[in-house]
Amino acid sequence: MSTKSTGAIGAHNAKVMNRFDLTKRLVGKLKRDEAVIGGIGNANFDLWASGQRPQNFYMLGSMGLAVPIALGVALAQPRRHVLALEGDGSLLMQLGCLATVAERAPKNLTIVVWDNGIYQITGSQPTPGAATADLVAIARGAGIASSAWAADEDEFDGLVVSALKGGAPNLIAARIDNKPAVATTDRDPVQIRERFMRGLGSKSGH
Amino acid sequence: MTKTQAQAQAQASAWHEIVVATLKANDVRLIVYVPDRVFTPLIKAIHADTFFTAFPATREEEALGIITGAWMGGLRGAVLMQTSGFATIPNALASLVVPSQIPALIFVSERGTMGEFNLGQALVCKTMRPVLDSLAVENITITRHDELAFILDRSIKQAVATQAPVTFILSPLLTGGKVFEG
Repeated sequence: MSTKSTGAIGAHNAKVMNRFDLTKRLVGKLKRDEAVIGGIGNANFDLWASGQRPQNFYMLGSMGLAVPIALGVALAQPRRHVLALEGDGSLLMQLGCLATVAERAPKNLTIVVWDNGIYQITGSQPTPGAATADLVAIARGAGIASSAWAADEDEFDGLVVSALKGGAPNLIAARIDNKPAVATTDRDPVQIRERFMRGLGSKSGH
Repeated sequence: MTKTQAQAQAQASAWHEIVVATLKANDVRLIVYVPDRVFTPLIKAIHADTFFTAFPATREEEALGIITGAWMGGLRGAVLMQTSGFATIPNALASLVVPSQIPALIFVSERGTMGEFNLGQALVCKTMRPVLDSLAVENITITRHDELAFILDRSIKQAVATQAPVTFILSPLLTGGKVFEG
C-alpha cells in the first residue's frame, strides 16, 4: 500500500470505521517497542483496552497535548518510533502543534487522528468544523506532507506500516463511528508515568 | 577553579550567561519557548550553543507538553515564557505536570511590575504566584544577580530529586525588564 492512492480520498469519502478495531490493528503492528501516547478520553481508553503495553502513555488531562508529548518523546529517543493517538476535538484545540512538528520534522513521529466529528465523551456535541474542516488538509498546510485519510481498514493498515518505517513525520486520519470506548483507563497518573518511563528505559532501579 | 574564582566569574557574567551555564551544568538540553523581549539575549545565547536543542512552540502549554514527553524519554528540558504566557498553562500544570510528577523547569520573564506599560500584563502578573501557590508548585522570584547561579543550580537539582516542577520568575531587578519606549 502506498500513500499515492490516498490523494483522492477526502474526509467525505473515507469509510466510517471503529476506533477500538483500528487501535487493535495499529498496536498489532508494533514490533519494536514503539511508544504510543493516547490522548484524553476515548483515544487512551481504547488504547488501554487494546493491551497495557509498558510503552503506552495514557493522558488523563491536558486536552490537546498528546502530540506535543509525543514530539518530546521522539526528540528524546530518536531511535524509537513514537505515535500520538488524538481525537479531532483535541487536535483542534492545539492545531499549532502541527506547525511545530512540521518544522522539527522528526523522522520517528506518527500522528493518528480519530475523527468522529463530535466531543463524544461530553455528550456527543459536534466539534467546530465537523462538516467543513479537513484535518488532513490542515496538516498538509502546516507542512506535514505525509498526511492522509485512510479510505478503509486495509488502507489504514498500510498507512501505519508505511509510517512506522519513519523518515518523516506522518499523519493518518480515520473517520470513526460514535461508539464509546470499550474500557476505561485506571486513573493513576504517577503509575502511568512510572511504567511508561521504565518501558522506555529512561528510568530503572527502585 | 576555586569557589571564589567561580563566584567572581559569575559576577562578571551577564544574567543570561549564568542561566546558560547553569542549564548546561545540569544537563538541561531541550529548551522550548514562546518568545519574550526581555529573554531575547538568553534565547540567542541558547541558539548559539550546540549543546542545546532549542525551538519555539506555538503556545506555552504546547511547550510544557513537549518537555514533559522529553523528560519521560530521558531528556531534561526547560520552557521559557513571559508572564502573560504563564496564564495559558494552569490546566497543563494541574492535569499533567503536577499529577504526573514531572520536574518541569519553567522560566518566566516577569512582566506587569516595576514600570509595566501594558495593563493586561499588570493584571495577569497578579494571578501568577497565587496560581502556583495553590498548586503547591515551587516558585522563586529571582531579583539578585549574585544569587542567580545558586538558586538555579540548587532548585534544578531539587526539582529532579523530588520529581516536582519549579518556576523561576526572573524579576526586572535582575533582567532590566521592558520599559515603555513611547
